[in-house]
Amino acid sequence: MAVGKSVKGKISKISGPLVVASGMTGSGMYDVVRVGNLGLVGEIIELKGDLAYVQVYEETSGLMPGEPVVSTGAPLSVELGPGMIEQFYDGVQRPLNAIEDKAKSPFISRGINVPAIDRTRKWGFTPKVKKGDFVAQGDVLGIVQETILVEHRVMVPPGVEGTVDEIREGEFTVEETIAVLVNGEDRREVQMLQRWPVRSPRPVAKRLPPVVPLSTGQRVVDMFFPIARGGTACVPGPFGSGKTVIQHQLAKWADAEIVVYIGCGERGNEMTDVLIEFPELEDPRSGQPLMKRTVLIANTSNMPVAAREASIYTGITIAEYYRDMGYSVALMADSTSRWAEALREISGRLEEMPGEEGYPAYLGTRLASFYERAGRAICLGKAKAEGAVSVIGAVSPPGGDLSEPVTQNTLRVTKVFWGLDASLAYQRHFPAINWLSSYSLYAEKLGEHWDGIYEGEWAKSRIEAMSLLEDEDRLKEIVRLVGIDSLSKDERMILETSKSLREDFLHQNAFHEVDTYASMDKQFKMLRNILTFHHLAMEALRRGAVLKDVTEMEIREKVVRMRYVDEKELSTLDVLEEDIKKGIGNLMPAGGEVNVA
Amino acid sequence: MLPREYRTITNLSGPLMVVEKVNEVRYDELVEIELASGERRRGRVLEITTDKALVQVFEGTTGIDVESAKVRFLGKVLTLPVSRTMLGRIFNGRGEPLDGGTGVIPDALLDINSNPINPYSRDFPSEFIQTGISTIDGMNPLVRGQKLPIFSGSGLPHNRMAAQIARQASVISGHESFAVVFAAMGITFEEASFFMEDFRKTGAIERTVMFVNLADDPAIERITTPRLALTAAEYLAFECDMHVLVILTDLTNYCEALREISAARKEVPGRRGYPGYLYTDLATMYERAGRLRGKKGSITQFPILTMPEDDKTHPIPDLTGYITEGQIILSRGLHRKGIYPPVDVMPSLSRLKDKGIGKGKTREDHADLMNQLFAAYARGKEAKELAIILGEGALTEEDKAFARFSDAFENRYVRQGEYENRTVEETLNLGWELLTMIPVRELKRVRDAYVEKYLKPLLDKQEVAKPETVKQ
Repeated sequence: MAVGKSVKGKISKISGPLVVASGMTGSGMYDVVRVGNLGLVGEIIELKGDLAYVQVYEETSGLMPGEPVVSTGAPLSVELGPGMIEQFYDGVQRPLNAIEDKAKSPFISRGINVPAIDRTRKWGFTPKVKKGDFVAQGDVLGIVQETILVEHRVMVPPGVEGTVDEIREGEFTVEETIAVLVNGEDRREVQMLQRWPVRSPRPVAKRLPPVVPLSTGQRVVDMFFPIARGGTACVPGPFGSGKTVIQHQLAKWADAEIVVYIGCGERGNEMTDVLIEFPELEDPRSGQPLMKRTVLIANTSNMPVAAREASIYTGITIAEYYRDMGYSVALMADSTSRWAEALREISGRLEEMPGEEGYPAYLGTRLASFYERAGRAICLGKAKAEGAVSVIGAVSPPGGDLSEPVTQNTLRVTKVFWGLDASLAYQRHFPAINWLSSYSLYAEKLGEHWDGIYEGEWAKSRIEAMSLLEDEDRLKEIVRLVGIDSLSKDERMILETSKSLREDFLHQNAFHEVDTYASMDKQFKMLRNILTFHHLAMEALRRGAVLKDVTEMEIREKVVRMRYVDEKELSTLDVLEEDIKKGIGNLMPAGGEVNVA
Repeated sequence: MLPREYRTITNLSGPLMVVEKVNEVRYDELVEIELASGERRRGRVLEITTDKALVQVFEGTTGIDVESAKVRFLGKVLTLPVSRTMLGRIFNGRGEPLDGGTGVIPDALLDINSNPINPYSRDFPSEFIQTGISTIDGMNPLVRGQKLPIFSGSGLPHNRMAAQIARQASVISGHESFAVVFAAMGITFEEASFFMEDFRKTGAIERTVMFVNLADDPAIERITTPRLALTAAEYLAFECDMHVLVILTDLTNYCEALREISAARKEVPGRRGYPGYLYTDLATMYERAGRLRGKKGSITQFPILTMPEDDKTHPIPDLTGYITEGQIILSRGLHRKGIYPPVDVMPSLSRLKDKGIGKGKTREDHADLMNQLFAAYARGKEAKELAIILGEGALTEEDKAFARFSDAFENRYVRQGEYENRTVEETLNLGWELLTMIPVRELKRVRDAYVEKYLKPLLDKQEVAKPETVKQ
């Protein structure tokens, strides 16, 4: 990246995280500056004449007008290279463990400067090209085993190409040259460490529509409101409705190869929880600790507000970098409302004309450009690898009121909506995703995918289950008005089945070691069994069976316990289906023969 | 550096003051104002340009005149002298003794806006704290390092409950040093003296530090009061290895004061006139709770706030709920029925409950029992609502049992004496006892083994008891 000239000015005004510096002519918009004698990191967000308005990523207390402000001439960038996985960063990519070492205190003091990627650690580099090969942007020069789960592909940086003149093999630090490319007169040394400005999306060869599911192991998500690889989802909900638990569950069980988790303006203890739990949890597919594929970014609510604004850009840039290697990356941002509030606070200090509820008028554009960085794509490079970034953003609407600007602007750009419901949370129904109001615009495309595997049964079952729940809502209204006695036998059976759908299928206990994750196979079989029971029961009722006999069948107990069936013993669910058929067959009035079809 | 003195006040407005022609003034610096009468007030720099400083005066600007008042910039931020001897003492919202004693001989002078805790350095809260209140211990267990607010309303007994918690809070295992830091913001003299009397009477004062800002004290001091308290708490917890319980009351007054300053500064307001940074501001206080790796002590917070019009979606409870780890909600309905403490169990929540309970912490059956009680109470309340619409006759036998259960739950489990300190064991046993009112087959949330172990003996006892009652 071309580094502009460094400009030195002076502080002329301080107001919270906003510092105005004079004598800054020549500096660029969004350039990173060092503020004051402490060298606090900041970013220029407005230029007026020779005045630069700087948002400072650290607490500004104690600064004084007249102190120096030095522009680095480069925009806010992240460092990319091996060593990011398993890291725990703050909003501007400073490793929090290194901050602790340097500060020698459990509190974050100011002006601490630590490199994002360890400069001393050596990585075993295995080349994938040889001398004389012509390489262009995105081509893989070689690989590094970053963790047991992640093969880090060192790529030719965007905008660079040439013939390989030299390629090395062995142990290198991220700053050592691993290859030399020649392009005409130009000799360029390439290191593993690269930089990229966080506010610009990284380029891809071609963008593709998302059509492959991102499995999450959560039944209400995968079966009812699925998300695709490269898709976007939004999880709004009032406090206590379980946003964070859902985000954690997705970070744990989504079948992405890389997970970037951003704790944006949320609780410190929650991040500690992730930090303690993830190294202990096993990835159900590889059997390795989940931490081996995870990058954590934490800018808790009490950390400087401007760095919170930067944190989601830091996160998505890292996600894009791994996508460029051809990985499927899932990014969770908890919570984008806190990010929007940071935007509002800075905007207020800039004395900008406010839009709705004090948020700046450009809130919608900013949100849209963030979510647009998600997607499935053919990456740069000869290999034409396919990568994806899926983005799942939590939204914390004040008072649970979805009409507020952040939710509304988010809904305009995301394709999946998991609406969390406080009343479900009170009933301790988790995940508290409302099955009536939520939606997924990928459902149809992904239905085609799953129908290919489940012989056309998947989409049908899904729609049947959802319409049963819709019927339940309508019937419950009637019961509320005139009592249960006004319902027919069939209608009462619908109530029974939808209750079973809710309690035995949609409800999922995140804290139970088996129930916390369900593969699509398990989910499909569970749903199939519930629906089979329903079909046969309806048939039996039509032939004169007594409702009570059906609902009090002992086999129902087994239906309740389906959730605890281990992934390795899924065949018991097939046995159960047979048992259901037999059991209800026995209930048929004499001479009755169940039509098993 | 010598303090610089200015007589260049130009504007006074509300709690704010503009001083001109200043030189070398730092952002957030502490300011001293000397009035013509010799009275001294303090303030801090809110905004600074090359030659102008905007100062927030803690005690308010009443009586300050532009002509004669002198302003000194002290070159340091607001600090609190701390020491172990603060225990048993009462201070005002500026950190000065209110109890007639001398000032604290400081072991350290700490910046009241401490740096944020590095999330990497935190240790996860997992030790159960017994408060002796069933609705908390049994249903919404509190752990060390948690921040659990009480959402109350005007006229509800949150103060009595807070005092009860301060008196009774203890950890099951052993006798570690325990302290209470109490910050009162804008509460009335009556309320404040209730706490002081109560702490004195029960001897709790010995392990308590109080910071009191009364309703008639300057509103601006309410901004500093909780920060002083938390600074003292941090010192006691992380330097003196104590387990500190911080009670902050009433956060609503704090937020009002914040709004007042924001309005005086003519900032763009967010919801209901509160500043857009209310969330961040509250977070800088609430997030000072926690435990740190390698440190013995801990800070547990009990902020109390009164919801305007009992409205949970009001910005103050709403933003608080987003930061804290759960909430205890008091119900006016229960209070009217004469039930103390009127904890509304259903919407209350302790997010860290799963970490602090179970075998080795409280008892193996705690989690199951808690879920079952929640479910049964919810079903009972639902049944009762149904009965109101359709009449009792419309209920099934099971629903009637649940309805009876929910009444008994409120009357025996929720209700307890102000000086009744139930052990967690007693709370759990009481839960099982109430569950005997429900048919065993309806107990779907508890493992069979626990039913066998805890419920069966109670049922057997009832079986034995029944024939006798018949005889009578």
